[in-house]
Amino acid sequence: MIALIARRAAGLVLTLALVSLLVFVVTDVLPGDPAAIMLGTSARPDTLAALRLELGLDQPATVRYLAWIGGVLTGSFGTSITYGVPVAGLVAERLAVTLPLAVLSIVIAMVLALPLGILAGARRDEPLDYGAMAFAQTAMTLPNFWIGLILILVFSTWLGWFPAGGFPGWSVGVAAALKALLLPAFALALPQAGILTRVARTAIVELSGDDFVRAARAKGLSQRVILWRHMVPNALVPIVTILGLQFTFLIAGAVLVENVFSLPGLGRLAFQAVAQRDLVVLQSVILLFAAFVIIVNFLVDLCYLLLDPRLRDAR
Amino acid sequence: MGFARGGGHATARGLVWISGCVGSTGLRVGGLFRARAIGMGRVFVCGRLVSLAALALAWCFVLGPAAFAARSDVVVGMAIEPQGLDPTAAAPVAIGQVTWQNIYQGLVRIDRDGKVQPQLAERWTVSDDGRTYTFALREGVKFHNGEAFDASTAKFALDRARGANSTNPQKQFFSVIDTVTAQDPATLVVTLKEPAGNLLYWLGWPASVMVEPKSAQVNRTEPVGTGPFKFARWAKGDRIVLERNPNYWNTAQPVRIQRATFRFIGDPQAQAAALRAGDVDAFPEFGAPELYGNFQKDARFTTLVGNTELKVVAGMNNQRKPFDDKRVRQALMLAIDRPLLIEGAWSGLGQAIGSHYTPNDPGFIDLTGVYPADKAKARRLLSEAGYPNGFSFTIKVPQMSYATRSAEVLQAMLAEIGVTMTIVPTEFPAKWVSEVMTGHDFDMTIVAHAEPMDISIYARPDYYFGYRNAAFNDTIRRAEQTTDQEGRLKLYGEAQTMLAEDVPALFLFVMPKLGIWDRKLKGLWANEPIPSNDLTEVVWED
Repeated sequence: MIALIARRAAGLVLTLALVSLLVFVVTDVLPGDPAAIMLGTSARPDTLAALRLELGLDQPATVRYLAWIGGVLTGSFGTSITYGVPVAGLVAERLAVTLPLAVLSIVIAMVLALPLGILAGARRDEPLDYGAMAFAQTAMTLPNFWIGLILILVFSTWLGWFPAGGFPGWSVGVAAALKALLLPAFALALPQAGILTRVARTAIVELSGDDFVRAARAKGLSQRVILWRHMVPNALVPIVTILGLQFTFLIAGAVLVENVFSLPGLGRLAFQAVAQRDLVVLQSVILLFAAFVIIVNFLVDLCYLLLDPRLRDAR
Repeated sequence: MGFARGGGHATARGLVWISGCVGSTGLRVGGLFRARAIGMGRVFVCGRLVSLAALALAWCFVLGPAAFAARSDVVVGMAIEPQGLDPTAAAPVAIGQVTWQNIYQGLVRIDRDGKVQPQLAERWTVSDDGRTYTFALREGVKFHNGEAFDASTAKFALDRARGANSTNPQKQFFSVIDTVTAQDPATLVVTLKEPAGNLLYWLGWPASVMVEPKSAQVNRTEPVGTGPFKFARWAKGDRIVLERNPNYWNTAQPVRIQRATFRFIGDPQAQAAALRAGDVDAFPEFGAPELYGNFQKDARFTTLVGNTELKVVAGMNNQRKPFDDKRVRQALMLAIDRPLLIEGAWSGLGQAIGSHYTPNDPGFIDLTGVYPADKAKARRLLSEAGYPNGFSFTIKVPQMSYATRSAEVLQAMLAEIGVTMTIVPTEFPAKWVSEVMTGHDFDMTIVAHAEPMDISIYARPDYYFGYRNAAFNDTIRRAEQTTDQEGRLKLYGEAQTMLAEDVPALFLFVMPKLGIWDRKLKGLWANEPIPSNDLTEVVWED
């Protein structure tokens, strides 16, 4: 078990090192010179040269890569080419929007989907099941940005209960910040809730024929105890898998919703960095995404070990 | 997505889920490219909204309706966020649209009619040979950090802009300056290498604002100027907040706004929603002409269509066949029905132009009549040039909606005279700058030129049009050296006419400034002779 975790952790570090090199090479060969982009259609050769010097773009690629990685290892991610401020602070500001947004929508999705899916699985082919499946099917097929537009139309334009976008910042108070995140979180959560409902239902349905469930029934345990004490814990493995996947997907997939709601999140920062060729920001954000995906997978694996004792005998 | 996992019954099942999930994700992404059937969807969504509303109700006791904002603050919406706040060090117009006249001021300013007015310089005299400018500076002016403004600060600001390491986007403005001398604290003397009739106009630009030595290095993130507003806060990606400067020098014209917030909302649908929800009071440059009509009918808003300085032109590579033949370029211009193009590309909003000049600019002449739409004449000219059956070429089109839509209309119009145009999407700014602007690797392109009064780009030998015309270059040079306004504008008129006849680029239209703001808000500019959001005269009226 310990050896398994150690092996995984070593693999994780190696993967991250490779990813960093790949990210640097890929972003560095992108066409487009950040200095030329900043100067726009009026650029003149002498101004361009002065700006390239100022931004350190005249250094060879190897020097820039080593400087970047050296910085990352010491917790400094360099200075944004376009904003001229440290990348670490810039990314932290954006994470303060994107992470709560992702967590909030996962929570909303779970609260909506898990009870619904589990009950639908337990009462297969009853009206509740049909209703739950209709909800899941609908929620899955609606694009989240479109849900966002509808939510804005109803709750901002018509009812005026919520702002139509933007983010005041956590400094003005938690209530105002959450208020700004609630509609986008809902827009993100609904399609996820659809998927999660189906996953939960199918997991319960598949388990209902298993030996341990039949044994529990033979022992005369009540239907409720069988479902919540015996079936649900077993159904958690696929559910956690999907949750892990959805979380990474949410962080990346938030770009569209961030656009609809003009939220200053990480997705929009990455988008903007690509357009402006802000290589320093881009490299750090991609590395962060990659690290995030890899670490979430690692945590999902650990969860399996916790949830399913059969997986603990390391091979 | 590969996942290395331990084996086992349950995990194998997990992998099945993964493939199922990815499949359905694919479906949902597919939904992006489907038409939005809002009309159909609404009925069907409403039922679900009832349940959502129930959930939202739970929150309502926490939230409640927003209180009315005090009417001394204003929220202005902009599509693009500036990336720094120093207009003397970087080009993007969004920088000036937040800071110019609000935070920073110049020796002179450009007013809403495009005219030069005194600002930190109260008066000036120009020597007879047009080479010495003596500015009498305003006294008692202080920067936001308490530093005094005087001739030595002004000298510092100008010398910084024209220095060897300067990244000032308008460095060429200052290249004509020979010396800058602080004669005494209230007198600044600027001598020139040669007369420059546009000097005062240039000094009114965002790139020429006055900065002081202590703060100049950090203006990019913490701007310090002499203007009526001080920088307060920048939540990057969302908003910039300015507060009224209590020590503002110009007590004769008190500023009424206490706090100004610039919100950055790129998506036009989101811009419209923010206006309707009252989150934003004004969008001086609204992004979607197709949504503008709804606001024009809405009594809550003032809508005002003005002119920007954005000249949408389809530049041709004048060094490449067949565009090196003037008759071919003229034929293409004759094939274009400008009003129809504006209708198709920008909902009929925007003003047709026949040269590289806007109605905001002093000395503007309407030259759309030089080559009006005339297909028969276009075909005749093509035959004369040796292309009786037309020809084929490619156009590199940036992804902005005005460019893609215009290109599609151009394609149809050129097809009618037998010319086949292939559209090649080219990412702007990165790819476009390297391929077209610096690489000169293109037949035709289409882009909006944002700089005011930039007709002289056609005289630049290294510019992407590859246009070479000694007579034009000479006219521009003489215009720039003429200090007498009337004579200078006459020469600019000649330059406009030369371009209209030569057609180095297809001159299409000026982007409209689609202003939308709260009916009670007064004092915003109708036109944009210089890209800006000057808030000094803005006031709420009941």
